[in-house]
Amino acid sequence: MSGNRQWVDTLEDPYKTLGVTREASQEDIRRAYRKLAKKHHPDLNPGNAKAEEQFKAVSAANELLSDPEKRGQFDRGEIDSAGKERPAYPSYRDHAEGEAGRRYSRAGPQAGGWSAQDIGDMFGSIFEEERRTASERVMPGRSERYSLTADFLDATNGATRRLTLPDGRTLDVKIPPGTTGGHILRLRGQGGPGRNGGISGDALIEVQVTPHSYFKRVGHDIRLELPVTLAEAVLGGPVEVPTPGGPVIMQIPPHSDSGSEFRLRGRGVPAHGDRAAGELYATLRVVIGAPDPALEEFLRNWKPEHPVDPRQAMERPV
Amino acid sequence: MTSIDDLVAQISGLRRQDLEFWIFNEWVRPDEHAGRYVFGEIDIARVRLIQELRDRMEVNDASLPVVLSLLDQLYDLRRRMRELSEALTQAATDDMRLDLAMRLARRSPISGALY
Repeated sequence: MSGNRQWVDTLEDPYKTLGVTREASQEDIRRAYRKLAKKHHPDLNPGNAKAEEQFKAVSAANELLSDPEKRGQFDRGEIDSAGKERPAYPSYRDHAEGEAGRRYSRAGPQAGGWSAQDIGDMFGSIFEEERRTASERVMPGRSERYSLTADFLDATNGATRRLTLPDGRTLDVKIPPGTTGGHILRLRGQGGPGRNGGISGDALIEVQVTPHSYFKRVGHDIRLELPVTLAEAVLGGPVEVPTPGGPVIMQIPPHSDSGSEFRLRGRGVPAHGDRAAGELYATLRVVIGAPDPALEEFLRNWKPEHPVDPRQAMERPV
Repeated sequence: MTSIDDLVAQISGLRRQDLEFWIFNEWVRPDEHAGRYVFGEIDIARVRLIQELRDRMEVNDASLPVVLSLLDQLYDLRRRMRELSEALTQAATDDMRLDLAMRLARRSPISGALY
């Protein structure tokens, strides 16, 4: 060993660093380097200072030994293994762990902050110890379910109803127009209280709708059977029709038979948000009313101008 | 802030079409300004990282998204851990921090607790 091989004392032997013999081929060196670089690359081992040192040593050793000319010089003792590190530039990990790293967050660049779930997971696992009782943990509140019965018109037109909870709190519940039975309203943060600073749960309110005595909902339309007198059906005229929004006057034409259907545009479930108002369909039902001798007398003597058999189209037994 | 031309000139061995392919695959996500890419420091560092993964560690284009996804998750977690440490530094009393350190040390394999 010649005098200029002093590096052995102060610097790592590049062959040892790569774990190859002095007789290793260039291919062996390449393979060894690749294997170690994968293992120790600092961006793949953030926060691991030892890996970083090893990566530097491996890189320097490779820098030297991968170049046959330099390797020869080194083997002949003409140069030492120092000063062969690659030029430094800020590594990926210097950025990725900071705020800038959010750009490449798996949850998306806008994501950030801790959800109640994360915090629950964190404090439920890190701090969980037998000695600590559950009462000390940060816990988000539970969702609480309630049921609210609304009458047909409140559910159709929308209404605000006050709900008194078992714990004495009252909630003003907004029922949107057009609500149907089984619909669940969510009131954020109105459920069970969180513990130890946890956020409150939600109140989930299932709406039940009582049926109406003459309105029926079909989607956003309303149907009803409209009783009319014989005179109104035969002679026509204005009749008052109830709608969810209040009574309106409808003109029925003369000779409107029982079963005729009339549409009142926009008089069904009121418009809400982007949804247009539904229609109201009124089906006439002729009511002949209490016995009336004059009417009976008239009909006995009445000779129709065009006698018809309304059952003519029906099949008769042979 | 660096343009795509500057970046290709700045990093040796980086081909423009490779970089465009990486951007197309959203492995690198530079900002866009007036119809041109603008690379921030983290984007440049990520380009270098992808180049190293590909050229020096022979990670191919098929494996690269897997590696990047795992790395992104790793850095997400480390960022969270840093945020947690900051919150603890600010909120926890000295006693509580000492207590935590002791508990965590007891979990470390060096003490033999888990082995």
